[in-house]
Amino acid sequence: MSKVMVVTSGKGGVGKTTSSAALGAALAQAGQNVVVVDFDVGLRNLDLVMGAERRVVFDLVNVVQGDAKLPQALIRDKRLETLSLLPASQTRDKDALTEEGIGRVIEELRERFDWIICDSPAGIEKGATLAMRFADVAVVVTNPEVSSVRDSDRIIGMLDSKTLRAEGGERLQKHLLLTRYDPARAARGEMMKVEDVLEILAIPLLGIVAESPDVLTASNLGSPVTLHNPASPPARAYTEAARRLMGEEVAVVTPSPQRGLLSRLFGRRAAA
Amino acid sequence: MADPLESLAEAPTLPRLRIRGRSFMALVVAPEFPMAAWFAALDAQMRGVGDLFGERPVVADLSATADGGTEAPLIVLDGLEARGLRLVAVEGVDPRALAGTRWARLAMNLAGREMAVEPRAASEPAPPPPSEAPSLLIDRPVRSGQSIVFEDGDVTVVGPVASGAEVLAGGSIHIYGALRGRAIAGLRTGGAGRIFCRRLEAELVGVDRLYRTSEHWGEALQGRAVQVMCDRGALRLSALD
Repeated sequence: MSKVMVVTSGKGGVGKTTSSAALGAALAQAGQNVVVVDFDVGLRNLDLVMGAERRVVFDLVNVVQGDAKLPQALIRDKRLETLSLLPASQTRDKDALTEEGIGRVIEELRERFDWIICDSPAGIEKGATLAMRFADVAVVVTNPEVSSVRDSDRIIGMLDSKTLRAEGGERLQKHLLLTRYDPARAARGEMMKVEDVLEILAIPLLGIVAESPDVLTASNLGSPVTLHNPASPPARAYTEAARRLMGEEVAVVTPSPQRGLLSRLFGRRAAA
Repeated sequence: MADPLESLAEAPTLPRLRIRGRSFMALVVAPEFPMAAWFAALDAQMRGVGDLFGERPVVADLSATADGGTEAPLIVLDGLEARGLRLVAVEGVDPRALAGTRWARLAMNLAGREMAVEPRAASEPAPPPPSEAPSLLIDRPVRSGQSIVFEDGDVTVVGPVASGAEVLAGGSIHIYGALRGRAIAGLRTGGAGRIFCRRLEAELVGVDRLYRTSEHWGEALQGRAVQVMCDRGALRLSALD
């Protein structure tokens, strides 16, 4: 029973690749067989975030075009046996991908893995539509700001109309992953509230990942944050999100601001 | 012979023909005595409406010819054929009356369901076929980038209409949720179209070529249940609660 999961957002820079790597690692840490596929042909990043950039020989385009076999292109993570990466090509563009070729690769991946995580490129063009085409589950990564929310809404509309499942009359499971959430700014009303985002997008919440320097540090070191610092708040948020994906019931806790002197004063005044 | 027929055709007191339809859309004609007058009326009606029978099959109800002698049914059928009617069946006549003639090929007493056919009025175009779905119901959110265009009637959305989405309707628009995108009503009905929404956070609302963007209505209406209508050439927004 393998699941194809697309991680998408419409807008760029909201944390798709970081979330793909972190969720993939978290699922793998839970014993699942996971492959993360980079669909961002021409602007690949996932290999960097997962620390595999020096091990890329063949890539997704080679496999789609039949120049390489799937096992030749798959890169197994050195830290986690059950985690693999299928990198994108940096030198080609998205026109090198065909729906038929992707379908074949996904079918082959389904035989080997429990989870096939498709890291979608930004935008709503071919790369993004191909990444979502074969999905059973979608994780919509959104920042609590209006532009990101509107783009996510657009992507949800496409998930409901342009995927194979939607065309077959089935509904595909969609989850909202709220990233770069800044509790302090949210408390000051400078950011959209979690409820407002949920009200607009009207899909279930998978998790809230707070803005954190741990995420950037982990990316720069080429390690998914759930592997690099499992005790950090973002790693815990991703691990819990992965458990929810596996069907566990875990309550979502909205991160609260860390209480410094100023915020304490501020909080009291607000409460009074 | 032609002249008296001409004058008959223009007489205002012509009998109205009994024309009935069947569910397979064959037309049934029932010639009556006096036949000359009946055929004259038929000619007049066929002239008035260029395409009275069109390609439709015709069933001849010959019950009226029963006491007109053995030749009567044949003369009537010849008369109908001469006017280009596509005869497919007869009814109300003894099959033996047609035996041995070229009309014996016609079906006898076909079963069918009677239905009303409005006689087409001369000079008026055929009425448009009734719309199959005069209203459109959407019971999921209308997402950003989606465009719902329904020119035939009203649109009802159960759910929100997102920023960057648009709903255009021939009639009115009903939104049971927040309207954050655009809504334009009255594409067909004009000023009679209205927009109703449970929460107004729209980018633009319009009815019949009049529109307003959100900066035109004040904070007072923002977030409230609102109706939008045309009022003496201007767009009026008013709270519903």
